[in-house]
Amino acid sequence: MARYSVFSLAAKALGGHRSWSRAWRDPVPKPAYDVIIVGGGGHGLATAYYLAKEHGIRNVAVIEKGWLGGGNTGRNTTIVRSNYMMPGNTMFYERSVRLWEQLSQDLNFNVMFSQRGQFNLCHSPASLDAARRRGNIMRANGIDAEMLDRAEVMRRLPYIDYSERARFPILGAVFQARAGTARHDAVAWGFARAADRLGVDIIQQCEVTGFLRENGAVVGVETSRGPIRAGKVGLAVAGHSGHLAARAGLRLPIESHVLQAYVSEPLAPMIDTVISYGAAHFYISQSDKGGLVLGGDIDGYNTYAQRGGLPIVEHTLGSAVALIPSLSRLRVVRQWGGVMDMSMDGSPFISRTPIDGLYINGGWCYGGFKATPASGWCYAWTLAKDEPHPDNAEFTLDRFRHGYQIDEKGAGPTPNAH
Amino acid sequence: MLRFSCPVCGLRDETEFTYGGDATLVRPAHDDTNADHWHDYVFLRDNPRGAHREYWHHVQGCRQWLVVERDTLTHAIGLVALARESRP
Ligand SMILES: Cc1cc2nc3c(=O)[nH]c(=O)nc-3n(C[C@H](O)[C@H](O)[C@H](O)COP(=O)(O)OP(=O)(O)OC[C@H]3O[C@@H](n4cnc5c(N)ncnc54)[C@H](O)[C@@H]3O)c2cc1C
Ligand SMILES: [Zn+2]
Repeated sequence: MARYSVFSLAAKALGGHRSWSRAWRDPVPKPAYDVIIVGGGGHGLATAYYLAKEHGIRNVAVIEKGWLGGGNTGRNTTIVRSNYMMPGNTMFYERSVRLWEQLSQDLNFNVMFSQRGQFNLCHSPASLDAARRRGNIMRANGIDAEMLDRAEVMRRLPYIDYSERARFPILGAVFQARAGTARHDAVAWGFARAADRLGVDIIQQCEVTGFLRENGAVVGVETSRGPIRAGKVGLAVAGHSGHLAARAGLRLPIESHVLQAYVSEPLAPMIDTVISYGAAHFYISQSDKGGLVLGGDIDGYNTYAQRGGLPIVEHTLGSAVALIPSLSRLRVVRQWGGVMDMSMDGSPFISRTPIDGLYINGGWCYGGFKATPASGWCYAWTLAKDEPHPDNAEFTLDRFRHGYQIDEKGAGPTPNAH
Repeated sequence: MLRFSCPVCGLRDETEFTYGGDATLVRPAHDDTNADHWHDYVFLRDNPRGAHREYWHHVQGCRQWLVVERDTLTHAIGLVALARESRP
């Protein structure tokens, strides 16, 4: 498969774009692989790519029950940032942003990473103090963060309601200029194509239904297309970790919850950044096609249904109008939901499991899209070397046993509160 | 919108309730000093895709805790009972 370049684009254009070859193969599963990754979302595909690229492990299959990017990779609001302050999270997410900055070149695929900046608005003196603390921790770790006062926020985001009637006052913001958005599908497609070129088999329409076991260890998977053996099996199934781990007899510190997203009809360029409205837990950006992309809270109860309920629609759209009253007559053209692993401390797992041969990547809560490159990179390291990289060393499945939680919000072991 | 038949108040919207999570967990005895029991109770969940017994608090109604049987894939709601009258 040829490299994409301006020359290949011009040459194909002359031929009426009829001679493009497919971007990755559609192989028949082999009887055995060194590593099987379950789940063809961004994380699974990135893991396979870095296994091949960084560790020379190329006899790898990614097994996906649906189609690539049909899960949360293709359902999220695409916000990328590295403003985490708990040890264990901070440098992991910063590794991710650094990988994002090179990703289009690295994959030879335009993932449209746009560093348009992200504002976290502050609404009280206490939230300003908390933001300043977060910003200082970021800066102490070499990550960019700026405190903006109310006047500066008013200058940069003129369309927000700063009046006496505003639902919450805006006193300032902590701003990360290197944060932004990326094209979600392109991330799945780019990693898939790059992994395929290194020899990884990407097998779609193949559901993993159980595990092959020998002497307690996992030695492969049962699938809807028959059993496939593997030296190591790595889960990367996002909201389905609990369901699949149960097939191996594991209970996880995870509940599955649905998060919704909304896109409005397209507008002329208006919001050239990402805004998070802390008081209402609402976030908004504008896609390159012009639609506003909105998100809010999870629905709040266990679910595996990829659809959300109306109370959250009202909450999210109400937040949008409270923040930016000029949106009140805008129409929403699409709404959907994605099932996510909500973990007990709001932080993820990239780790071995108590079962030999079985590894887990999950528990991403609201925030796994931004993590995609670093998650794949660290998971590949963990699978290849059987030990974590320092950047994912804290993301163990058994951290709660040692009394350790990576809880950015201090919400405690209540998954729907993170 | 989920709607629950509260045994006290009748059919009510989800927005009157707050969610209390898995109702099948059994709290270890107060004098249980085995850390694993407490870890499993506080942190681990079955998280089934299908039938789920869960707590809902009718916080803007009768303020009773309810146990609800709900399918996590279809959201179909079965039995709704007062928590104090049902065993985990
Ligand atoms: C509405 C919404 C908004 C979000 N917004 C953001 C955001 O702004 N920023 C951010 O950083 N994160 C965000 N997230 C979180 C982020 O999308 C996820 O954490 C991340 O995409 C999960 O990684 P993934 O790529 O592995 O998931 P997925 O793309 O869901 O991949 C998992 C794959 O596993 C497959 N699978 C499941 N079970 C099986 C099986 N038994 N056999 C084979 N395959 C299986 C699924 O079909 C799926 O394709 C959001 C999530 C949602 C739902
Ligand atoms: Zn009631």
